[in-house]
Amino acid sequence: MSETVEALWQDDFSYRRKRIQARLLRRRWIDRVIKVLTVLAVIALLYPLIDMILMFAYKGATLISTTIFTQVTALNSATVTGGLQNAISGTLLLIALSSAISVPLGVMGGIYLAEFSPRGRLSGLIRFVADILAAVPSIVLGYAGLLFLVLYLGWGFSALAGALTLSVFMFPYILRTTELSLKNVPQSYREAAMALGSSKTNMISRVTLRAALPGISTGIILSTSIASGETAQLLYTAGYSGFNPTALLHSPVGYLTYVVYVFSQLSFPTSQNLALVASFLLLAFVISLNVAARLLVRRMAKG
Amino acid sequence: MRQSKKADALLRYTAAVCGGTSLIFIFLILGTTLVYGFPSIVVNGLKFLTSITWNPALSGSLITVHGFKTLSGAHYGGLVFITGTLVSSALAIIIGAPTAIGVAIFLSEFSPKSLSTIISILVELTAGIPSIIFGYWGLLVLVPFLLYNIEPSLSQKLWFLPFFHGQVYSSGLFASGIILALMIIPIIAAISRDAMRQVPLEQREGAKALGLTHWEVVKSIVLPNAKMAIAGSILLGLGRALGETMAVVLVSGSAINTLPHTAYAPINTIAAFMAQSMDSAFTDPSGMYVSALVELALILLLITTATNILARLLVREGFISSSEKVVRV
Repeated sequence: MSETVEALWQDDFSYRRKRIQARLLRRRWIDRVIKVLTVLAVIALLYPLIDMILMFAYKGATLISTTIFTQVTALNSATVTGGLQNAISGTLLLIALSSAISVPLGVMGGIYLAEFSPRGRLSGLIRFVADILAAVPSIVLGYAGLLFLVLYLGWGFSALAGALTLSVFMFPYILRTTELSLKNVPQSYREAAMALGSSKTNMISRVTLRAALPGISTGIILSTSIASGETAQLLYTAGYSGFNPTALLHSPVGYLTYVVYVFSQLSFPTSQNLALVASFLLLAFVISLNVAARLLVRRMAKG
Repeated sequence: MRQSKKADALLRYTAAVCGGTSLIFIFLILGTTLVYGFPSIVVNGLKFLTSITWNPALSGSLITVHGFKTLSGAHYGGLVFITGTLVSSALAIIIGAPTAIGVAIFLSEFSPKSLSTIISILVELTAGIPSIIFGYWGLLVLVPFLLYNIEPSLSQKLWFLPFFHGQVYSSGLFASGIILALMIIPIIAAISRDAMRQVPLEQREGAKALGLTHWEVVKSIVLPNAKMAIAGSILLGLGRALGETMAVVLVSGSAINTLPHTAYAPINTIAAFMAQSMDSAFTDPSGMYVSALVELALILLLITTATNILARLLVREGFISSSEKVVRV
């Protein structure tokens, strides 16, 4: 009697053990399959990125010459010749102008949000509106710039209209990164400054802004990098010109992204070449700004 | 002392005014689009949302409808562009969201720390590449690749699925969806990775001690904890895809007056069409063409703003709830 019970129990035990082992095997297999799938996802993302960078780097490096920097684009109905000096200088002008508008506004706004009224009703409204501004599609922003600045105010296609439209795009980004960097400054810094009898203005300019500077600069560099690659805001505000910019109002300016957008669709081989070189220059500019921002972050982490 | 008080007050007001310019900006954007879009809203009415015919009738004569000037025979229907925007973004999410979550899981859970740092840098770099570069790469590399290597075999082998059997085109919905997916994967992956990393270590260790495999820990501990932020990040990506202009304009096929019937057919999105059409719009002396384009802009603005507000609420919620759990543990 007792022997049969023992045997039954043994049977059941080994049966269960086998089942558990089979299940464990299956679970380990699923684990491996999922791991392989996530690696494939990473490859699916990085392969196009690396292909893109290498292709533009190779084509750009073989096509680039001093003419690109020394001559403006000569565009007529039959051919496209010359270099990209007008587009390069136009891009730099647009970036400089839009930074000159958006950096003071954004940094000061960020100071208000972080230092003066972190929980105020106006601050909440500004944050909400900045989030909405950041989400306005770039072409919609470009249309608003066209209708209000170019047509209603009568600025015409111009560097200032393009730069102001771009700065509306950069502003929320700089605002929020400034606020975030200031918030990350330890509260004890502020208390120490106040305890030494410092005024609020002094405390902000000498203590908190200084401590938050690497973070703020990173935000500014990254927003400049994003702005330099934008096209849709500028198409109908900056227009396009084959000459170097001469005036801020009533005179259209060229820029690199326009060259990529329009010349890539023209059928002359020389226009394709200019579009490829412009892509290469844009990529090089954006990547070097990103690297600079990253180095700043690392310096900040070291303290 | 009094002087420093004055300086403080001055700084406070200057800072408030600078921050307050955001209100002026949004007011001007909304104001101009509403003013310029109003004639089209009144004249075209609801058929703007339901008709696929976009015919500015530039040779028509000037007439007045409901008090606004337009051209006789002009007919504006935006359904092609609205559909193209929604469908291409949906395709981008279908392709991009699972890939991005896979990338995020790899970066936060499976990868060794050093590899994860390098890949994270590359992922963030992808997010910073100009959209026109994505579009140009799509035109030069992706479109020919899809046309000759992928679409013919998809069309032949998956003929039994809806939308997959049919003529292949050089550029269209499929190419747009893939380019958009590439652009939004870094956004979704970066936010999801941060949310997954916030999940407390104690819970993972507890699960591992119970004998769960790596994936089971992710499935039962990490993903449920990070699900709000992941959902929010997908919506943020969707918002980006809906409003994307330059990447799509070169690979969409610029369809007009026709809806896509297969996955390869040419499409057009609101943003891409807006970028292509403003030049010809100014040849319309009545101004109705411009107004109709601005109404499209308003529709796009409405969709992207709603998506983004929802997304930011979810992301914020997701991060706050998980950080509270860190405190509680």
